[in-house]
Amino acid sequence: MRVELRGITKCFGSLRANDNISLSVPPSTIEGVLGENGAGKSTLMKILSGFYSPDSGDILLDGKKVKIDAPADAIRQGIGMLHQDPQDFPPLKVIDDFILGKKGGLLPNRKNAARDFRELSSRFDFSIDPETYVDSLTVGERQQLEILRLLWLGARILILDEPTTGISLPQKEKLFATLKKLASEGMTILFVSHKLEDVEALCSRATVLRQGKLIGSMEPPFDTRVLVEMMFGKEVPQEPKTQLQVGTTVLSVKHIDLDGIRIQIKGVNLQVRAGEVIGLAGMEGSGQTLFLSACAGLSQPVGGSFCLDEEEKEMTGRTYHEFRKKGVAYLPAARLEQALIPGLSLTEHFILSEGMRGFFIDRKKSEELAKSRISLFNIKGKPESTVESLSGGNQQRALLALMRDPLKLILVEHPTRGLDIESTIYIWGKLKERCARGTAIVFISSDLDEILKYSDRVLVFFAGKVTPPLDANTLSVERLGRLIGGKDWDTLGTEAAHA
Amino acid sequence: MRDTRSSRILFQIGAILFALIITTLVLFLAGAQPFAAYKYIVLGAVGSWDVVTNVLVSWVPLLLATSGLLVTFTVGLWNIGIEGQITLGAIFTTWAMRLLQNSGWNPSLILVIAMLAGILGGLLWALLAGALKTFGGVNEIFGGLGLNFVATALNIWLIFGPWKRPGVASMSGTLPFDRSLWMPIAVGSSRLTPATLVIAIVGIIAVYAMIEGTYFGLKLKAVGRNPKSAYIMGIPTWQHMMASFAICGVFAGLAGAVQVTAVYHRLIPSISSGYGYLGLMVAMLVGYKASLAAPVALFFAALNVGSIQLPIILKLDSSLAGVLQGTLVLFVILGHGVRAKLLKKTKVSS
Repeated sequence: MRVELRGITKCFGSLRANDNISLSVPPSTIEGVLGENGAGKSTLMKILSGFYSPDSGDILLDGKKVKIDAPADAIRQGIGMLHQDPQDFPPLKVIDDFILGKKGGLLPNRKNAARDFRELSSRFDFSIDPETYVDSLTVGERQQLEILRLLWLGARILILDEPTTGISLPQKEKLFATLKKLASEGMTILFVSHKLEDVEALCSRATVLRQGKLIGSMEPPFDTRVLVEMMFGKEVPQEPKTQLQVGTTVLSVKHIDLDGIRIQIKGVNLQVRAGEVIGLAGMEGSGQTLFLSACAGLSQPVGGSFCLDEEEKEMTGRTYHEFRKKGVAYLPAARLEQALIPGLSLTEHFILSEGMRGFFIDRKKSEELAKSRISLFNIKGKPESTVESLSGGNQQRALLALMRDPLKLILVEHPTRGLDIESTIYIWGKLKERCARGTAIVFISSDLDEILKYSDRVLVFFAGKVTPPLDANTLSVERLGRLIGGKDWDTLGTEAAHA
Repeated sequence: MRDTRSSRILFQIGAILFALIITTLVLFLAGAQPFAAYKYIVLGAVGSWDVVTNVLVSWVPLLLATSGLLVTFTVGLWNIGIEGQITLGAIFTTWAMRLLQNSGWNPSLILVIAMLAGILGGLLWALLAGALKTFGGVNEIFGGLGLNFVATALNIWLIFGPWKRPGVASMSGTLPFDRSLWMPIAVGSSRLTPATLVIAIVGIIAVYAMIEGTYFGLKLKAVGRNPKSAYIMGIPTWQHMMASFAICGVFAGLAGAVQVTAVYHRLIPSISSGYGYLGLMVAMLVGYKASLAAPVALFFAALNVGSIQLPIILKLDSSLAGVLQGTLVLFVILGHGVRAKLLKKTKVSS
C-alpha cells in the first residue's frame, strides 16, 4: 500500500514538532526515518498510527484520503505500529495477547487463532510457544509476537520505532530477514532509527528529519557523511577554548559495570578533574543516564568502583545522600518530576535546600534569602511563585540557584533542553563560573553543538558501549555524529585523549 | 473559567447544596419529612447545654484522629489503618488500667499512665503499618486495612476471653472501671471532660504549627508532593514517612485512650466508633488544611450527635448523619475535580 503524508504539521505549545512534512512511500519499500532526538520522528509516526491527530495536513493511503483518530482506526486501515517498548501484556499467555484487539464475537476463537499463530510463525521461522506467558519472552521475542499480531490483524503498513534497541544480534538478523521478506511481499515498512548501520543494511531509502522539518531523502548507496550532515546540520566553527586549568581528580571511575533495564555497560574508566567539563554524547537510551546516575549513587554498579578526591574516599555502594554530603550535586532533566516540588514556592525550595538549623522556619530570613537568589540568578518569578508556574528556563535557573556552594562535582542531564538561546547562554555562564572555582561538571546532551562547545572532553555512548574520553578540541560534528550512529568504533582504541 | 477565590467558594457552596439535595431525596425515599429531620438534627446538636457538651465529647476523639491524619496526608500517605491504631490505643489503655486499678496509686497518676499506654499502643500499630510499607512494599492502604481487622479481632478476643466480665462475657464490653478512675467531669455537665478537650485543642494547634511553621513540616510537604525530587534535594524520604506514621499513631492512640478513660470507661467491641474513617472524611473535606480541621470536625460531631434522637422522634435511622457527611465529602471532591478540569480547558484554549 502506498502511504502519502501531505503537509503534516503538529505543534505542542510553541514547539513545532512536525513542520509541513510531506512524504510518499511506495509499496514494497523499507523507508528509514532518521533524525536525532527531538527531530520529530516519533511525532510523525504517532500521527500516522493514530496516537496524535495532526494540526493540519492529510494522510493518503493508495491515493485515498483517510482520517485516523485512534490507534484502532489505524489498524483498521492496515497501519500497524511496533513501539520501542513492546505494547503487550506481560501477565497474559502469548495466545491471549495475540487475540487481543481482534474484533468480533463474544467468545474468542482460540483454536483458529492458535492455528493462524502457528502458521504465521512458521512462515517467518519464529519459535514462540503460544501457551507460554508473555513475561517469559525476551524483548526480541516480544517484538516478534507484536509483528505476528499486527500481521494477523491485517497490517499492510508496518511502523517500527527503534526496533533494534535491546535485542540480540541473531534476533536483529532474524528481524531484518523478516522485514525484507515482508517488503518483497508488498508490505510498506517505515523503520525509525538513529543507527546508521541498521538503516544502511536494511532500507531501500532513508529520509532525514531535523527540528521538525523534512531535510531530504537518499537512496542507496548511502553516503554516511551526507546523512550525518543532514541529521545534525553543518559544522559550526568553534571558538577556541581557553586553556583548561586541570586540577586534582575529584572523581575516579574504575572499571564500572552497570546493569540497566535494557542496557548493559561494561568497564568504564574515567578521571574527572577539578574545573573540567565532560560531555556525555549519544542517542537517548544509550546508557548515558545510567552512567551519570551511578556517578551520584542513584543507581548502583554491579562491578568496579567509584572514588572521590584523589582516591581518598571509596564511594562504591554508597547512597546518593552520602555522595551529596561529599559535595556532589545531581540535576535531573525532568525538572518538575525529579528535581523540583510542584505546589511549593520558590522560597520554600530555598529553605529546603539550605542547611536547616533550628526548629521553626524564620519566615523573614527565608524570604530575604529567596529574594536575593532570585535577583542573583535572574529568575522571572516572585518568592511566593510556585515552581510549576515558572517557564522551563526559569525552572532551570531555579535549579542552579538551589545548588549549594561550594561543590566538587555537578552532574547534569540535558542542562539546556527546551530552553531558548538567552537562557542557554545564561545557564552555561553560571556553570562555567562554578568551573572557574574548581567544580567539575559532567553533563548529558543530545545537542552536538552544546557538547562540542562546552566540553573539555567527551564520552560517546552507543548501545551500552562507551568511548574512552576524547579531546573535544579535535572532534568535529561529523565525527561525533558517526560515533553516535555506531560508526568508526573499531578504530577508536588508538586515538583516546589523555585518559 | 478563571482560578479565583470566588470560583472556589462558588464550587464549595454548590457542593453543600448538592449534598443537601441528595440527602433530602434520601429522606423522601424513606418517607420522612426532610425539614422536620433537619430541624431535629439541629435541635439535637445545639438544643440544650447537655447536647452541646455531648457534641464536644464526640469532637475530642474525632479531632484527635483528624489531627493525626493531617500529618500522614501531608506526607502523601493514606493511613486508613488509623481505626486499628485507635483500637490498639484503647486496648493498651485498658490493659494499663487493669494492671493498676487495684494498686492503690493516685488515680490521676493511673490516668496519666493509661494515656501514655494508649499512645504507645497507637504508635506501635502505626509503626507496623509503616514498616510494612517501607520494608515490605505493602501499600499502606492494604496494610492498614489488614491491621484494622487484626485489631478488631484482638479486641473482641480480649473482651470475650481474658478480660471478660465475671460470670458471662457480653457485647457490652469489659466491666466498667471504678468511678474514681474516670477522667474528671466538668461541673454542671454529665460527660464533658475538660482535660481531654485541652489535649485535643493543643494537639490540633501543634499539628498546625508543625505543618505550617517548622522545617520538619516543610520536609513532610516536600516528600508528600514529590518524593523523587525531595530525595534529590537531600531529604530522607522513608524516614519522614515513618515519622509521620508515628505521629499519627500517637494521636490515634490518644483518641483510643480518651474513648476508654473519658467516654465508655471500659473496653467495648466498637471502641473506635468509626472516628478513624470519619477523620479521613474530615481531612479530605478540608483539603488537608489544618486551619479548617477543628470547625469541620465540630460540625461532623454535631451531625452525629444531632441525629442520635432521630430514631426515637421520627423513626429514622441515625445513620442519616453518615449520608449527609458522605455526600458532602463526595460533592466537595467532585467539585475540585470538575473545577480542575474546567481550569485546564480554559488554560488550553487561551
